[in-house]
Amino acid sequence: MHPAGSVIIFTVASGLGFGLLTWLGLGLPNTVGWAAFWHYAVGFSLAGGGLLASTFHLGNPQRFLKAFSQWRSSWLSREGCLSVAAMAVLGLFAIGLIFFRVSWQPLGYTGAILAVLTIIATSMIYAQLKTVPRWNHWTTPILFLLLSLGGGALLAFQTLPGLLLLALAGGVQLLAWYLGDGRFQKSGTDIGTATGLGVLGKVRAFEPPHTGNNYLLKEMVHQVGRKHAVKLRFIAFIMMILIPIGLLIISHAVPIVVLALVLHVIGTFIQRWLFFAEAEHVVGLYYGKR
Amino acid sequence: MTTLPQSTQKKLGLVIDLDTCVGCHACVVSCKGWNTENYGAPLSDQDAYGAEPSGTFLNRVHSYEVQPEVGPAQLIHFPKSCLHCDDAPCVTVCPTGASYKRQEDGIVLVNEDACIGCGLCAWACPYGAREMDQAAGVMKKCTLCVDRIYNENLPEEDRVPSCVRTCPSGARHFGDLADETSDVSLLVAARDGMDLMPELGTKPVNKYLPPRPKDVIPEFDILAPYLEPVATTQKGFLGWLDKALEKI
Repeated sequence: MHPAGSVIIFTVASGLGFGLLTWLGLGLPNTVGWAAFWHYAVGFSLAGGGLLASTFHLGNPQRFLKAFSQWRSSWLSREGCLSVAAMAVLGLFAIGLIFFRVSWQPLGYTGAILAVLTIIATSMIYAQLKTVPRWNHWTTPILFLLLSLGGGALLAFQTLPGLLLLALAGGVQLLAWYLGDGRFQKSGTDIGTATGLGVLGKVRAFEPPHTGNNYLLKEMVHQVGRKHAVKLRFIAFIMMILIPIGLLIISHAVPIVVLALVLHVIGTFIQRWLFFAEAEHVVGLYYGKR
Repeated sequence: MTTLPQSTQKKLGLVIDLDTCVGCHACVVSCKGWNTENYGAPLSDQDAYGAEPSGTFLNRVHSYEVQPEVGPAQLIHFPKSCLHCDDAPCVTVCPTGASYKRQEDGIVLVNEDACIGCGLCAWACPYGAREMDQAAGVMKKCTLCVDRIYNENLPEEDRVPSCVRTCPSGARHFGDLADETSDVSLLVAARDGMDLMPELGTKPVNKYLPPRPKDVIPEFDILAPYLEPVATTQKGFLGWLDKALEKI
């Protein structure tokens, strides 16, 4: 799949933002006044900024209000509805903390649940797609959730939960890569079933329908950059998981946590780029590609 | 709502005969011609006369080589457009309700006024049947020429999809696949019509007729089996050369 910048920024920033908002909703840390303002400002900028970035790749973003209508069937619509609900509820909770110095905790808990559901809905946009076998697996939502809550914990200076969540995320990430590498083959879909001609013999794409490029190839048969995938996996895993965990074991001092957070975010950007770039869509089979 | 109808009264669709398709791409051209000036936004081209031309098409013809266990390879031309699936994954993922499957005839359509151009339906389609128009920013797909098949201003023989009307080899057939007595259903039954990627559970309405088995030329030379096989090892100078070169 084409690793579009807007979608990478959206999933990383919104994930971190809603991860942070989850912790804030739980009252961790329990701050009021200006301190609460800055915490929520960061949470809302990341969550909202990510959502805004996701509209950059739309063909007709001015019609975005319609995207809230199909929550019964569409994960993308659910994600939109849940994100607005989470931000609205936590916005009220934040007003209480910032201006009245009171903690309307039931609102906070509700908001935290909505934020977690938002992260799950985002991941399900990808995990639901049978056409992309690498994504179509339970590891996708678990990994998104663990990374969002782990990164959010670092932002909220919840160092111990952050440490544990990053360790768990690391384990699931390794599992996702390990299982993901074989899933296209295991799906049983190949050029033979795609064309229905597999029963006759060995099928080879002889001539494409067009000599130039097209939307399908640009969007779903992205092969550029995969050659460095293994190296990038190492870099992503070290920056996203290993170094932050190491730093947090050494110290919980503010500069160390900030350094761990920065490295984690950079690593997550690389991980997310790979998430798209390494995903193979079955439509590539029609072009004899993966 | 972008939920799918429980069932549709009709299942209008295409039956494509891979045995008779000659790969002329006339259906591609006629599809683009009809659909660029009728239903919805035109099918735009980008850099049409430049170095890297590309454009939106609702129907494309691939060509595949099939090498059987024994015998010569076969070349098969393979037209591909929307299969109007019963369990269309492109419809349910749509966040705005722009994508829908019609209850009355099963045609999958896009309401372009509601499409935000997110592209998720194209990701959900295994067949590459949907293409985002780069000029209009909305998703385009085969409408089964919904503006022809019910169009009483056209002569009756033209009330079929443009690709079917234009196919010079009669490789494309249009009809109701829910009606077991329709011509297309009979054709599917007689020729073992197949689904593409049935394992993905999309239940396509369109069917493909596999190429008929090739004739086998019978052995007619009754003396041939008695002939000595030709010697495969060289003798004399060539034999020496062969051995000498092998040793180097």
